[in-house]
Amino acid sequence: MTVETILPEPIIQFLYVAASVLFIFGLKMLSKATTARKGNFVSSVGMLFAIVATLMYLGIDYKWILVGAITGSVIGATAARLVKMTSMPEMVGLFNGFGGMASLLVGWAEFHRITRGDAPEALFTLIAIALTILIGGITFTGSMIAYAKLAEKMETKPILFKGQQILNLLVLLTGVVASSIFIRGGTIPTYPIFIGAIIAALILGILVTIPIGGADMPVVIALLNSYSGLAACAAGFVIMNNVLIVAGALVGASGLILTSIMCRAMNRSLANVMFAGVGATASEGPSFQGEAKTVGVQDAYLMLEAATSVVFVPGYGMAVAQAQHAVRELGDLLEANGCEVKYCVHPVAGRMPGHMNVLLAEADVPYEQLVEPQDVNPLMANVDVAVVIGANDVVNPAARTEGSALYGMPIIDVDKARVCIVLKRSLKAGFAGVDNPLFFSPNTRMLLGDAKASINAVVGEFKE
Amino acid sequence: MENIGLLLFVFVLAIFLGLELIAKVPSQLHTPLMSGSNAISGISVVGAILAARADGGIAMIVLGTLAVALAMINVVGGYLVTDRMLGMFKHKSQEKK
Repeated sequence: MTVETILPEPIIQFLYVAASVLFIFGLKMLSKATTARKGNFVSSVGMLFAIVATLMYLGIDYKWILVGAITGSVIGATAARLVKMTSMPEMVGLFNGFGGMASLLVGWAEFHRITRGDAPEALFTLIAIALTILIGGITFTGSMIAYAKLAEKMETKPILFKGQQILNLLVLLTGVVASSIFIRGGTIPTYPIFIGAIIAALILGILVTIPIGGADMPVVIALLNSYSGLAACAAGFVIMNNVLIVAGALVGASGLILTSIMCRAMNRSLANVMFAGVGATASEGPSFQGEAKTVGVQDAYLMLEAATSVVFVPGYGMAVAQAQHAVRELGDLLEANGCEVKYCVHPVAGRMPGHMNVLLAEADVPYEQLVEPQDVNPLMANVDVAVVIGANDVVNPAARTEGSALYGMPIIDVDKARVCIVLKRSLKAGFAGVDNPLFFSPNTRMLLGDAKASINAVVGEFKE
Repeated sequence: MENIGLLLFVFVLAIFLGLELIAKVPSQLHTPLMSGSNAISGISVVGAILAARADGGIAMIVLGTLAVALAMINVVGGYLVTDRMLGMFKHKSQEKK
């Protein structure tokens, strides 16, 4: 677009290039533990460059931009400061949605300019606008549903009904047809049709997210993250701006990688996660019966006290019980007792990628003690006690049984440890709705009750 | 039309670059990577600022201001929360308090 600028146009373009380079370096550094924090800073400097460069265009209404920027910054900063680490999935979910909506509004604004005759009615721009509002709309409502499920403001189980796929397809078609009508333009008034396309996208976002269960949320969050980047990218095509395209594409790619890591960690395809509605019914595959042996705090303490090697396996239950600090305290006491302590985190434990790692970091567990399943599993036979804290599906040996809904999912082999203590509120099945034969295994002891209270009680025994 | 070709070219390269950049990320960085890249997706603030140009009347001001606000929540919130999170990741050697 040709607008008058305060600085010469090439300088603005140079700042955009610099911003893109900083985003690239920032992301690269963000993917290594030692440089991650600096990388985040580098990327934020890139953002500053991009914003400053954009403000150099004349004819911008600075007053309203200031109003918007201050409002957004205050809300963002407050949320970032106050959010509990256990609630990170909800927050990331919300932010994904806001990003999608911001891009949608950019597309809408440009469409408005075109209908007013302020901008040329270019075919390419209209196509880009259609993509922006469709992706942005799906991202927005999809993220809101994901947020509601994560914050348990709505049913976390998959919502399935007859003809769901057909309905989804029809809504998608409506969005695409409406888009192609307003892209073609002509004599008919296109504004209502444009709004119709937005509404279709918003409805579609809801429809595609409700059939996904709580345990599959890590995949959804990663996918929506990718979408929010692609929406920004599409908005970049609308306003023909390179920095939006580069930054959006980087986010889109990183979200895609996380999505595929999450799918691989469950040995399921993306299509299976999106459409199968795993966990909708209580009994899938073979069921397991038996008697679970419970254990008291005193006995759990004695087992841990005698152990020379202990592996903690945290799951979503640890987040719910806010037990991470208690777990770390117990870990420290065990170490002081001459025991080797490790924390084994499954990639899909919790409700978003890396959720457990963040909680353990919050509790000051050094990340050298965090190990991945493939490193611990071969050594599991030498582990004296595996302590499972509110994890279920990721330690479910049913995943080795053909016919189980979890079949093929790589798990942490806690059942192969000498003793396995499972902290759990009840003997209910996990989010995937699959019975867990681990609970009935001869070397498993169930320590029932609130995880935090149980661990604090064991810690109390140690201190006596 | 030439311009469009160039934009598509940049897009495709950036996707491949992104896939290469983040291909090997350790799982403890998954959450910071998500919230950090979330902040980057707030780049739509650039589009939002341009949308809020004075020439478009009230509708443009409303759409633009709202878009700026939403994108800035992403930018500021995303970067700050990522920094807060990464500040908690410690090496054993740094652990002394």
